[in-house]
Amino acid sequence: MKLDLKIRALISLLLVGAAFYMLFPPLDPDKDGPKKGKLNLGLDLQGGMHMVMDVRTDEAVVAELVRMKSSWENQLRRDKVKNVKVEVAEEDRAIIFTFDNPDDRKNLEGQFRDESSFHVTTAAEADAFQLIATMQAARTQQIKETALDQALMTIRNRIDELGVSEPVVQQQQSLTEGALPRILVQLPGVRDVRRAKDIIGRTALLEFRIVIDGPMPEQELLDSHGGRVPSNAKLFEDSEHRKAGEPLKYMLQKDAEVTGADLQSVRVDKDDMGKWAVAFELNRAGSKKFAELTQANIEKRLAIVLDGKVQSAPVIRDRISRNGQISGNFTFEEAKDLSIVLRSGALPASVVPVEERTVGPSLGNDSIARGIKSMLIGALLVVAFMVVWYKTAGFLADLGVVCTLILLLGSLASLHATLTMPGIAGIVLTIGMAVDANVLIYERVREELRQGKSARTAVANGYGRAFITIFDSNITTLIAAIALLQFGIGPIRGFAITLSIGIVSSMIAQIFIVHVLMDAILARKTVNKVSI
Amino acid sequence: MELFINTHYDFVSKNNYFIIASAIIILIGFAAYFALGGLNFGIDFKGGTLVQVKFNKAVSAEELRQSLSPKNLGSYTIQQYGPSERNEKLIRLPVAIEAEVDKMPSVIVEEALKEIYGDDYSIERVESVGPAIGEELKHSALGSMLVALALMLIYIAFRFDLSFGAGAVIALVHDVLITLSAFVLTQREINLPVIAALLTIVGYSVNDTIVVYDRIRENIRLMSREKFSDIVNVSVNQTLSRTILTSGTTLLVVIALFFFGGEVINDFAFALLVGISVGTYSSIFIAAPVVLAWRGRTPAKKTA
Repeated sequence: MKLDLKIRALISLLLVGAAFYMLFPPLDPDKDGPKKGKLNLGLDLQGGMHMVMDVRTDEAVVAELVRMKSSWENQLRRDKVKNVKVEVAEEDRAIIFTFDNPDDRKNLEGQFRDESSFHVTTAAEADAFQLIATMQAARTQQIKETALDQALMTIRNRIDELGVSEPVVQQQQSLTEGALPRILVQLPGVRDVRRAKDIIGRTALLEFRIVIDGPMPEQELLDSHGGRVPSNAKLFEDSEHRKAGEPLKYMLQKDAEVTGADLQSVRVDKDDMGKWAVAFELNRAGSKKFAELTQANIEKRLAIVLDGKVQSAPVIRDRISRNGQISGNFTFEEAKDLSIVLRSGALPASVVPVEERTVGPSLGNDSIARGIKSMLIGALLVVAFMVVWYKTAGFLADLGVVCTLILLLGSLASLHATLTMPGIAGIVLTIGMAVDANVLIYERVREELRQGKSARTAVANGYGRAFITIFDSNITTLIAAIALLQFGIGPIRGFAITLSIGIVSSMIAQIFIVHVLMDAILARKTVNKVSI
Repeated sequence: MELFINTHYDFVSKNNYFIIASAIIILIGFAAYFALGGLNFGIDFKGGTLVQVKFNKAVSAEELRQSLSPKNLGSYTIQQYGPSERNEKLIRLPVAIEAEVDKMPSVIVEEALKEIYGDDYSIERVESVGPAIGEELKHSALGSMLVALALMLIYIAFRFDLSFGAGAVIALVHDVLITLSAFVLTQREINLPVIAALLTIVGYSVNDTIVVYDRIRENIRLMSREKFSDIVNVSVNQTLSRTILTSGTTLLVVIALFFFGGEVINDFAFALLVGISVGTYSSIFIAAPVVLAWRGRTPAKKTA
């Protein structure tokens, strides 16, 4: 054996050995124990939920406009400005003030000078009675970014409380210009998908508002208030009570001074009737506001509003500062989930699911079983074929296929790539294509032998000539695989990754490792024929 | 064992027949496209919701339809999935999501099932794709296909020359069109994995084509006095056994996938089965003739 052959043999052993080490053990022996398997299984194999949601960040901008509007209204009231109408123009991201007196307009314009996040249309180009304050684009952008970050953080917190192992929560690039930002959530192995969806998607905006009237059908409510909703009020649905299919409505005070943002802690508790409820404690600022609110409204009712629906409306008997309770015929699960979403905070904007892919655990197991079965059958057919066709050389190529598989799976494990069902298909395909390089080489060697060359020369020439062909043909296949990777959505990405690594692994195995084996056989002096 | 040794089939003189045959198949595909109402895009591209339910007892599609009908799900279809003893049904709704969580069709279906069947069912799979996502997927699928073709054209033009690049790309477009024709004719569903299969076909078919081209490139050097058409013919003959053998081994595993891989990837395996067969054919009968037509039947002077 020549030295260089020894070195090549050593490199081959090291490569395959390292890949084997990276790979073992590939799969978890038991599903529920701690994760021991080196291969990451995709959601389609282990079961779980994949959801993509649009974050309506435009809502956060509108919310900020509404907040600014009411703060200006308060300011105007303090300044004793009468007869002013303030509106939010959502489309134009603007607050429009309409005055009776042009001097009031001028005063307000002066005050807006300090407000860097708004751009005011100057008097020269507008109506003397109207002031249009448009939110600066930079500020809008900032609000949207903050909303997205906050939504990501909130959803992460909620999922942490769900106790899913290895969840993915990340921002996903939308492919359309100017579209809403997206959040991708992947929950491997989650069993109760309905509940997970609910916990992730719920806005969980908690508000405390004083009840003006209700609950009663909307028309009755309007009739008893002169046919319209007073300017300081807003209508809300009752979460439970209905009449003739229509939800009953409450008329509540428009301003909600105490909200979920003032919560300090939340836990599951029981109410006076022994039913499940959620107890909360407010932080210092919240307690102060809550104490003032309850003090001023003793004997009135306080509505606890969750996501725009009134959960309950108990009568305020006394001043309350820190502690309170949300009741509403909850089951234990519901109370627990409500406490989770309240604890992790409200979403700054609603999230709208635009894609969902859920796979149950049994379908995942079934896919793995079928994948392995078709892999084995495919491999067996190819291996048998190669031995029949090329005899000893075919057997060497089969060893090459085994090496290809070890290299491929070892690389997948060490790159922490995810194995999906299309990924398994990619492996099966790699088995089929892995022998391609050897067929090219062996057909060349046979041609050389037919021309009367010696076994050693034929093998050397075969490898030399075939190399450039193999290189060019595999590079083009790799180009297609990489284009696929760019397309890269979930399972397809898994397929593209396995295919790309498979191509490279098969080139290493067939051109390098099998060549070493072949040379090792030919290196024995007694051998001067090649079984091919 | 050996196959096709020292063959001297005259492929080149019969080129036109093969080109006409391919053109006819593609035309049939186009005709079927218009006659049968186009490709059967799955919800990945069309948008909509699919719920795969497994029942613990036998439930017929009709029973299921009747029990779901008071639930106001809008229009939906119910279909048996896999062998009937597995009691699995697919419920398809054209509605995409794009609403709050508790209004998602998958949630509404699940709640209806829970109410009617209690614990006698399990949800095996939910796929729900909004129309906006579907459109994006279509664009990016087409985009990545075009990118792959353009990159190959550049690589082959660089390694060989432009006529070879054009030949390879035409052969690939041919393979994709014929595979799509098979999907139109069988009305099988085009879903994401099928797109992956199409790109794989592109990658695989070009692999075969390059092997033939590589031999032409080598023979141009060895047989510089001969007519280019003769060089092409000799090269195709010399690589014939390799082309058939490697396609054969790949087809073996694809057949294994097709029969044993399960329903989830059956359409994917079907695409590969058709595409790899057609890709092999086109490497022999389409890719090389295009190079020949491009260059004319002049003697080969310079190597590519």
